Amino acid sequence: MAKIVIENLKKSFGDFTAVHSSSFTIEDGEFFMLLGPSGCGKTTTLRMIAGLEMPTSGDIYIGGEEVSQKPASKRDIAFVFQMFALYPHMNVKRNLIYPLISQGMKRKDVKRKLAEVVEILGIADILNKPVGGLSGGDRQRVALGRAIVRDPKAFMMDEPLGALDAEFREHMAEELRALHDRMNATTVYVTHDQLEAMQMGDKIVVMNEGRVEQFGTPQEIYDKPATLFVADFIGSPSMNFLEFDGAINTGDSQIDFDGQRLSVPQQRESVEGKLVLGVRPEHVALTNYHNGLQGRILATEYLGTTQIVTVKTATGEVKVRQDASVPATLDDQVGLTFNAKTLTVFNQGSGQALMSELNEGVLDRG
Amino acid sequence: MSFSVTEPSKRQKSIAGFLVITYALITLVPLFWVFITGFKTPPDSISYPPKVFFSPSLEGYVNLFTTRTRVTPEQMQALPPPVGFAEAIVRNRDMVIAGPSKFGERFMNSIIIGFGSTFLSIFLGTLAAYGFSRFNVPLKDDLMFFILSTRMMPPIAVAIPIFLMYRQLGLSDTHVGMILLYTAVNISLAVWLLKGFIDEIPREYEEAALIDGYTRFQAFYKVVLPQAATGIASTAIFCLIFAWNEYAFAVLLTSGTAQTAPPFIPTIIGVGGLDWPAVAAGATLFLLPVLIFTIVLRKHLLRGITFGAVRK
Repeated sequence: MAKIVIENLKKSFGDFTAVHSSSFTIEDGEFFMLLGPSGCGKTTTLRMIAGLEMPTSGDIYIGGEEVSQKPASKRDIAFVFQMFALYPHMNVKRNLIYPLISQGMKRKDVKRKLAEVVEILGIADILNKPVGGLSGGDRQRVALGRAIVRDPKAFMMDEPLGALDAEFREHMAEELRALHDRMNATTVYVTHDQLEAMQMGDKIVVMNEGRVEQFGTPQEIYDKPATLFVADFIGSPSMNFLEFDGAINTGDSQIDFDGQRLSVPQQRESVEGKLVLGVRPEHVALTNYHNGLQGRILATEYLGTTQIVTVKTATGEVKVRQDASVPATLDDQVGLTFNAKTLTVFNQGSGQALMSELNEGVLDRG
Repeated sequence: MSFSVTEPSKRQKSIAGFLVITYALITLVPLFWVFITGFKTPPDSISYPPKVFFSPSLEGYVNLFTTRTRVTPEQMQALPPPVGFAEAIVRNRDMVIAGPSKFGERFMNSIIIGFGSTFLSIFLGTLAAYGFSRFNVPLKDDLMFFILSTRMMPPIAVAIPIFLMYRQLGLSDTHVGMILLYTAVNISLAVWLLKGFIDEIPREYEEAALIDGYTRFQAFYKVVLPQAATGIASTAIFCLIFAWNEYAFAVLLTSGTAQTAPPFIPTIIGVGGLDWPAVAAGATLFLLPVLIFTIVLRKHLLRGITFGAVRK
C-alpha cells in the first residue's frame, strides 16, 4: 500500500482543459473520495492516477515514485470500472487470476491467492460460471476480487456502485468500506453522489469544472465549506444563501445584515461589496415573529424524525430543518434565528468563503 | 382467441414460412440446375424439352479434369483395355485421355488468391480499424472518408491504369499481384465494417487488461480480438466472396500462372465443343469453398448481419 501525491496535475484535450492544475495528497490506507458533478474532471483525474490518460503536465507520486508518464501496466494499481469490465469471454475464475498470469506468477501461488480472494468475497459458488449470467452484485464482487487479488499499491474505483440498484448499493457500500478497513488499502473512489462520499470517505476532494474546490474530511467539507459551490453541492437540502451588501472588517464578530446586527464567527478578512451569508438548514431556528429575520411559512416537508420548513423572507427563501414535533403551519408569520458559530460569509463575486474563526484551519490548507 | 402484438399467430407463422420457403426454392432452382447438369451427359444437357430425370454420369467431371484427343477406330482397337472409370467414359466418345486439364491448378490459384487476399484484408483492416477506433489519429475523419472513397466507383473503372501499372511492375499474372489487388478493393469494406464492430466493444475491457499488467498489444490480442471475432468472421466472408467471384480483373490481368477459376471455366466451352456438363461441374466445385467457409462461420454471420440492432 502506498501514499499518493498529486502535484499541479493538468489535463487538456485540445482547447478544452478537463483538469486545471490540481494538487492533493492521499495518505497511505486512506479511503479517498473524488466528488463532483458530471464533467467536473474527477474521472479524468482518476484515470490519470491510474495511467489510462497521460497528464498534460504535473506529477503523480505513488509510494514515492514519480509515475506520471508510465503506462498503466507499470504502476501496480488496480481499477474497478463502473461497468465492471469483466472479460466477457472468460469465466469468473479466469477473470480473477488474469492479473496474476500477466506477472508470470507460479501456478501454486496463483491457486493460493485465488483461494484467499474467494474466501474474502464469499464467491466460491460462482467460480466456474461465465461472467455473462452473473447478477450485478456478483459482478461487482468479481470486479473487486480481480482488483485485490494482486495486492496492488492502490485501488482506483470509478463509481463502482453506479450500476447497481438503489437497494443493493447501500449493502455494497458497506461491504466495500468493510473490505477497505480489513485490507487497509489506499483507495481512490470517484462518485457524484455526495451522500456516498460523506458516508464512506476518510477524505473528500470536491471538484468543479476541472478545479479542486475543497479538500478535507467529510466534517470539514460539510461544516466549513470553502466555496459557494461546495456549500451548495454538499448537503440535502443544501445550504441557504442570503445575499446582502455590506462591509466586513478583520476582527468583526457582528455584521450588518439586512438592517440588523448579526453575530458571526470572528472574521479574519476585510471585504466590502456583494456578500452571501451561508447557513445550513439545521442551524436555523423558528421563533416568534418579532425575533430575527422575519418571514412567512411557504411549505413544509415531513421527513419522519425531522421536517423541512421553507420560509419566505425579504432576502429570499430559507429552508429550516427542525424536529418533526415542532408545529409549523402554512402561512404563519415567523422569525428566524441563526446559530452564530456555524455561519459562513462568502464573497459573491469570487465564490470564496471569507476566512473566519470557524474555517481558518481549513482554508489555510488551500 | 387472445391476440398478442409480439407473438405471431399460427396463421401468420405459416404464411411467413410459406413465403420464405417459396423464395428459397425460386433462388435455389438455378443452383440445382447447375448441380444436376454437372451429372448429365452432353446430349442430355442440351436436350429439348430439358430433362429433369436422367441417368447420371460423371462425364462432366471427367471432362473438367482432363484433356482428351480423338482417336480413329483402328487406334482404339490397338489400345489395351481401359484402366479406371474415367478412361472408360472417355473411350465411349471415341477419345482417349491425353493428360490432366488446367482446372486443378486454376482452382488452387483461386484458393491461394481468395484466401490470401481475405487474410491480408482482415489483418490490415483489423489493425487499422482498431487504430481509428481507439486512438486520436490526426485527420481521422478525412482518412476514413478517403478509405471509403476508394469504393465510390466500380473497381473496373481503373482497370486500364492498373493493367499498365501491373505490367510495369511485373505484377501481371502473379499471385502476389492479384492478392494485392483484391486486398486493395476489400480493405475499405474491412476497415469500415470492423471499425463498427470494434467501436461497440467497450474500451474498459482493454483498460482493465492494461491495468492488470498487459501491454497495449497484449490487450488488443487477448481481449479485443476475441470480442471482435464475430465481426472479423462476417467481414472475412464478405471479403472472400468478392475475391472468389471476381471475374473482370481476373480476365484482364491473369492468363497463365495466376489465372483463377472464374476466367478459366468459360474457356472449357471452346475446348471440346459446348461441353455444358463440364462447365456445370466446374461451377459446382467452384461454389463449394465459399459454401463451406460460410457454413463454418454461419453462427458469426447471423450476428454480423444484425450487428448494431441488438445489444449483447
